[in-house]
Amino acid sequence: MKISLGPILYFWSKEKLLECYQKVAESPVDIVYLGETVCSKRRSLDINDWLKIASMLQDAGKEIVISTLSLIEAESELSSVKRVINNGSFAVEANDFGAIQLAIENNVPFIAGHSVNLYNVHSVSLLANKGMKRWVMPVELSKTNLSAILKQREDSSNSVSSTFETEIFSYGCLPLAYSARCFTARAFDTPKDQCQFKCIEFPEGIPLYSQEEQSLFQINGIQIQSHQTCNLLQEWKTMQAMGVNIMRVSISNIDELNIINQLYHLMSETNDTNKTSEPIPLLNAEQCNGYWHGDTGIEWRA
Amino acid sequence: MELVCPAGNYPSLKAAVDNGADAIFMGLNDDTNARHFAGLNFNTRTLEKAIDYAHRHNRKVFMAINTYPQQENWNRWKNAVDVAASLGVDALIMADISLHEYALQRHPDINRHLSVQGSATNVEALKFYAENFGIKRAVLPRVLSLKQVERLAEKSPMELEVFGFGSLCIMAEGRCHLSSYLTNESPNTCGACSPANAVRWEEKSENNVTVLETRLNGVLIDKFQPNETTGYPTLCKGRFKVQGHTFHSLEEPTSLNAMDLLPALDAADIKAIKIEGRQRSPAYVAKVTSVWRQAIDRFLRAKQNGTENNYQADAQWSQTLAELSEGSQTTLGAFHRSWQ
Repeated sequence: MKISLGPILYFWSKEKLLECYQKVAESPVDIVYLGETVCSKRRSLDINDWLKIASMLQDAGKEIVISTLSLIEAESELSSVKRVINNGSFAVEANDFGAIQLAIENNVPFIAGHSVNLYNVHSVSLLANKGMKRWVMPVELSKTNLSAILKQREDSSNSVSSTFETEIFSYGCLPLAYSARCFTARAFDTPKDQCQFKCIEFPEGIPLYSQEEQSLFQINGIQIQSHQTCNLLQEWKTMQAMGVNIMRVSISNIDELNIINQLYHLMSETNDTNKTSEPIPLLNAEQCNGYWHGDTGIEWRA
Repeated sequence: MELVCPAGNYPSLKAAVDNGADAIFMGLNDDTNARHFAGLNFNTRTLEKAIDYAHRHNRKVFMAINTYPQQENWNRWKNAVDVAASLGVDALIMADISLHEYALQRHPDINRHLSVQGSATNVEALKFYAENFGIKRAVLPRVLSLKQVERLAEKSPMELEVFGFGSLCIMAEGRCHLSSYLTNESPNTCGACSPANAVRWEEKSENNVTVLETRLNGVLIDKFQPNETTGYPTLCKGRFKVQGHTFHSLEEPTSLNAMDLLPALDAADIKAIKIEGRQRSPAYVAKVTSVWRQAIDRFLRAKQNGTENNYQADAQWSQTLAELSEGSQTTLGAFHRSWQ
């Protein structure tokens, strides 16, 4: 089982991103996804800056994937996705069928991100036959759904379509929805086109509560996330037994990189001594794992 | 410009046909389509009757099989495609790529449309569906500005259909899990958003005033004072607290109405206008279809006379539509950049 670090979903300053990835270089993470996936207006780093970070992390022994925008509307956004696809050095994560089309056209190996709707093995295999090397399961699917997909893959005699890797979003605030509207701008009663880059003031997003103070979501520009941190770390053995290849950690702050260390030690200790895994203490008290258990997403099943 | 209207049952289909729809879209009464509501939609027998009625009046029937089949029950979706094909529908509206592949292989002669749930918002995504599955038409998600729609239409490898009227999804369709996060039912997996079985309406006394609370699976979505218009607790249209302020943090209860954009949409070569609302009553379908028929006819007459620039929607039509809208208000939605 490998550990990946998902793309930073928030608008962080250049300094903060550089500090973060310096630490990532020293962490036991195997795969690092870089790049902007939420809003094309966030440009604290340009493609060349990202490629420099990519090289630095590659030298530190990490596998690098450059991620692309999840919602591609304007032609300028499509152009920026094209630049990522044609970076010439690294694999790409396609988060939209437009990016998938570009990757296929240009013979670039790609990973289908969790916002690409792959809900059954037929769809996963279809893309595997077109150059997809890995898929990240949509966040609302369950262990049961996944098990059916992976079992069907085993039964499939088609060799090409069954070679894909599977990655599970295993830790972090779940990306739940994308809109043309910017909800951060709306919270400040300002139009998206004059957003003043407000997101940079909220490096973990803005919490949204019910009128009874129940925390529900995080507003992150055009993206809505779960407020609760999805935590499937304890499921790593189950995932391994099912044939999952990679567990993804998505962080909201640099301190959360610690989760990677903890998961790494959890896995190596258990491998050595076969003892049952201890619960990993969380930085954030509110957590959820409902989707994985086929339940309402916000639920937590201990 | 084709007028595509919704039907959740046979009376609605009749209403759509009788009031001038060019095409009617429908679904089976199970989770294979994005309006999987109790008591709604068609079984094989009513479907047959509906298709017959539409075809006798020279109208088209589109079948929405636009949720995402999960591995365990993929065959149910496959069967839905086969049933629709055997009954002679004019097009299949689908999102899932494996279903498109299946329909292409098995029923190559039936037109295939990309559902709005397929989330194609750019020309490369449209190319993917055109090149791999020979899709004839795509329904665009309600996230694009008019300018973006125009640009996309210039380069699109297939016909485009846009939403003209009805309840407004503010998230990119097919990319929203908010409903399953709170209720375990989502548009993608089972064709439901903020499902009725999770809704609770509760009156409560607060400071000697009776307020009405609406809840979704126990979560407070909105709270109405006696003088306020109440509304169904659609998750994205509730009032929440952000930065200490309570407001419609995501969207207000409102419906899309793009009637004023008819000339622009026609100039952009948009082939069809879709009316949302398979869950609505036959009376609703009749009124909305009738108004849109008049609008499109007036526009087409003006175009014939070379006076399309003078086209204007009748104030009475807009009034009728507003009265049928959520919260009695309409918006141009994402078509209008300032909404975003």
